[in-house]
Amino acid sequence: MTNLWADIKNTDLVVIMGGNAAEAHPCGFKWVTEAKHHRKAKLIVVDPRFTRSAAMSDLFVQIRPGTDIAFLGGVIKYLLDNDKIQKEYVLNYTNAAYIIRGDFKFEDGLFSGYDEAKRDYNRASWDYELGDDGFVKADATLQDPRCVYQLMKAHYARYTPEMVERITGAPKDKFLEVCKLIAETSAVDKVMTSMYALGWTQHSKGSQNIRTMAMIQLLLGNIGLAGGGMNALRGHSNIQGLTDIGLMSNLIPGYLTLAGDREPDLATYMKTRGFKPMRPGQMSYWQNYDKFFVSFQKAMWGDAATKENDWAYDWLPKVDVVYDVLRGWELMYQGKMNGYVCQGFNPLLSFPNRRKLTAAMAKLKYLVVMDPLATETSEFWQNYGEHNDVDPAKIQTEVFRLPTTVFAEENGSLVNSGRWLQWHFKGAEPPGEALPDIDIMARLFIKMRDLYRKEGGAFPDPFVNLTWNYEDPLAPQPEELARELNGRALADVPDPKDPTKLILRKGAQLSGFGELRNDGTTMAGCWIYTGCWTEAGNQMARRDNSDPGGLGLTPKWAWSWPANRRILYNRASADTQGKPWNPAKKQVWWNGERWTGYDVPDYGVTMKPQDNVGPFIMNPEGSARLFTRGMLRDGPFPEHYEPFEAPVANALHPKVGPNPVARVFKGDMEVFGKPQDFPHVATTYRLTEHFHFWTKHVQINAALQPQEFVELGEELAKEKGIASGDTVEVRSNRGRVKAVAVVTKRIKALTIDGKKIHTVGIPLHWGFTGAARKGFGANQLTPYVGDANIETPEFKAFLVDVKKLGQATV
Amino acid sequence: MANLQSLDIRRRSATTTPSPSQREAVQVAKLIDVSRCIGCKACQSACLEWNDLREEVGINVGVYDNPHDLTENTWTLMRFTEIDVDGRFEWLIRKDGCMHCDDPGCLKACPAPGAIVQYKNGIVDFVSENCIGCGYCVKGCPFNIPRISAKDQKAYKCTLCSDRVAVGQAPACAKVCPTQAISFGTKTDMIAWADERIADLKERGYKNAGLYNPAGVGGTHVMYVLKHLDKPQIYAGLPKDPKISPLVELWKGVTKPILLAGVAVAALAGFFHYVTHGPNEVQDEDEAAAEKMRRDKAA
Repeated sequence: MTNLWADIKNTDLVVIMGGNAAEAHPCGFKWVTEAKHHRKAKLIVVDPRFTRSAAMSDLFVQIRPGTDIAFLGGVIKYLLDNDKIQKEYVLNYTNAAYIIRGDFKFEDGLFSGYDEAKRDYNRASWDYELGDDGFVKADATLQDPRCVYQLMKAHYARYTPEMVERITGAPKDKFLEVCKLIAETSAVDKVMTSMYALGWTQHSKGSQNIRTMAMIQLLLGNIGLAGGGMNALRGHSNIQGLTDIGLMSNLIPGYLTLAGDREPDLATYMKTRGFKPMRPGQMSYWQNYDKFFVSFQKAMWGDAATKENDWAYDWLPKVDVVYDVLRGWELMYQGKMNGYVCQGFNPLLSFPNRRKLTAAMAKLKYLVVMDPLATETSEFWQNYGEHNDVDPAKIQTEVFRLPTTVFAEENGSLVNSGRWLQWHFKGAEPPGEALPDIDIMARLFIKMRDLYRKEGGAFPDPFVNLTWNYEDPLAPQPEELARELNGRALADVPDPKDPTKLILRKGAQLSGFGELRNDGTTMAGCWIYTGCWTEAGNQMARRDNSDPGGLGLTPKWAWSWPANRRILYNRASADTQGKPWNPAKKQVWWNGERWTGYDVPDYGVTMKPQDNVGPFIMNPEGSARLFTRGMLRDGPFPEHYEPFEAPVANALHPKVGPNPVARVFKGDMEVFGKPQDFPHVATTYRLTEHFHFWTKHVQINAALQPQEFVELGEELAKEKGIASGDTVEVRSNRGRVKAVAVVTKRIKALTIDGKKIHTVGIPLHWGFTGAARKGFGANQLTPYVGDANIETPEFKAFLVDVKKLGQATV
Repeated sequence: MANLQSLDIRRRSATTTPSPSQREAVQVAKLIDVSRCIGCKACQSACLEWNDLREEVGINVGVYDNPHDLTENTWTLMRFTEIDVDGRFEWLIRKDGCMHCDDPGCLKACPAPGAIVQYKNGIVDFVSENCIGCGYCVKGCPFNIPRISAKDQKAYKCTLCSDRVAVGQAPACAKVCPTQAISFGTKTDMIAWADERIADLKERGYKNAGLYNPAGVGGTHVMYVLKHLDKPQIYAGLPKDPKISPLVELWKGVTKPILLAGVAVAALAGFFHYVTHGPNEVQDEDEAAAEKMRRDKAA
């Protein structure tokens, strides 16, 4: 979230699209009900199904799964055509005026630089034109045909209301009603919030789904403002923490990236990081990258990381390609990955194409599962009849199940969607042999380090030199780890102005990432968390809910990264002169001498408004990007591409159907289904009664939604002779699910490009372990392809057929 | 629920002992704002948790309602209805359960002394140890709420968490409701809050929005804010004008003098009936007899 949960109460318009907050985030949804009651806010829901969020809405529009960019592209066109943009904001705070290189173009569904053989772009032309001074050229009149504003206008001219209807199935009048409500928030005193989740990410163009709405929010001047923002609703209480800490194969904590194979030393690594300003006078905060990086290396290897050894740069792994989950399991499938440690998730049910997953796991030599529950993954080798039809005799994988504690059985922090680190306290003793994950990993580490010490090995250095200064090396405490993530001074640092005074005292906890240094005198495990555990103690455990300003920012409740800032980009909530756009909702402002307010300013506190430093200080331009240069693999402007399994051709460019750069492995392309065999569009989702595959282990939740079902519209059910309660089979080209039919008025047949298209809804909670009735699981059906940038699998749009198997028994 | 010392009893089934009247009690109410209810069933699970109940893992019969009806374990149930109302599609979600009538038909129908009580704050509670399982409360309820357990032949329903309310806590369902669709407080405060909500709904075009607090049962201590007060039936059969069954009124009218004359005999007979035959149930012939009695009286 750019903003925070409580801030949703400050909005005038809630758009839930690419998510289902009432159902998947019921506790957060209360802020929508607050906004509706107290601010008379309206709620728009755009979704393939009439969800429980839609039941709360003022306006619902049904679209075909996988057509969000077409819908939102149409909104962009409406805003530009009707001049419903926040002009001063767009001109000063975005790159609308910047000039793009002359060789950039978009034709027949492809941007310039496409290489069909590689399924990739050469993105060099997707960039700014630089002036003689080395800075980006701009045209403040927005008239230059090569400026971002004009290119954007031309790009979305094709997204007419008629085209939107043709692709998405949303009736033109309903679409225009949505546009009108959204356009109202271009006023300086009106804001809209975007609440989204996996409904946008789980597509072969997931990143671009989100970017399209981000562009709309920038055009409306709604980023950085209370009640505005792009608000990713995280699906797990600590999944924000997971990404922050860098639990991805290409990241290290705080959104720093691992080095690649072609970066043999620190100097080369730093060349493409720590960007220099692209416009005069900009902060370009990533210029401090080396401070964050060196402090991380010092946290890892302490005294062994020295200037001489490039701060132990060689001890970090270097990646050749990104090992996302799809690639990982593809390698397992090929027999190239033969050991797997599975901690805290249930991939057999979570990843796409179950048949491939089972086959892949059967090739493993060993599988270690760390989980509080007996997950399906840990029992993949057991025969559960039709629900897991395997032959255990043919599977030689050795499986180790290590029971872990749950959050309530340990101290620690959880990072919520709004970036709050909230400390929690152990509430119960763990059952049986369960241990905290930390203890299990510590024991593994100590054992392996002993082996390295004893036997040497090919490359023992990173192992034997790892800092491990915990009171009990076999059980590091969450408090010790939190202090390490925050960081501390490793030496006395005198004040250059007055050497008798110290800026930092050796051993002292740091109070903010501004104190981090690139000379080895500070350490911090995760620079964005610096400030969470200072000399004043554990800031995450704070529980003072006072709320100066009345916006719900509660700056003394827990601690929010970065720097306890509650709303990101909040400098943009004030005009160029530093005055809040909306005096009724003041966040931060220039008081003549410095920036002050109810939030921690996202800006240099003494930077004068007249110096024209942009509010998007992390970007070297200082402004937000409507045109995103080469940052994303699949285009600087989002374009509508069909899902990899689509019932129709791409109406905008029939030759380019799905995302032209999304990665597909050999063998997976071949099992994409064709509309003549699988005529219906399917989408998968969660229900409020369950949390993923966990709560089906709980008797009460199991009783609330006991059995696997699929949802069919009345028209499709009638065509197939299916009644509610009947047993049906849903098939894709990869597998089948047998489930109860819920026939509903909440999914209507759509007319797409003149064709009648039905949508089938497939909730995903049931498996073959737990208290609920056994089920097949939606991932029997889903395709093995991910987003072109981050490889999140396309769970939200694929093709199926449906057949009746049996009559209802009740 | 057993008798609670901190709550005075206003009425007690099949009893003529006067109620205590020394202490003042404020009227309480639970307000269910259907327009804010997201159907998450947190209330349903909190009810099971707080009351130490477990529902069996059933089957899906083609709807979201699980279980499919109230049971002796499920005292509150989300009921889902898909319907076109005034040209607009709606997915109506209503939390069903005891309405805690101010004039409770169950209590009036109950022949077992002290098996059903109404506290001075308005809560209608079943005192299970006194229940003889006759099922008259089921017949007496205009909302079809109580369920008889097959395990112990006693009637069960929502207590409005009388045990929590007795110590100043809100009912478990209100406590967990994430969107504050369930509020709990004095009946006066709940009506005032409902008025605010209704004004908001009217502004959004629901011209028939209103408070469901039906007069036919003396008003209720569980009230609904409905977007369509003009047709409550669309909310999974919420009765438009609920009244206590004339059978119950008649039964009470005829039997009261008899009871007064022979309460000891009746209780004794009931006791022997219970120990020799097990709990009583309303049979079809009893219904027919009552109906005949009503017709005879009317004639």
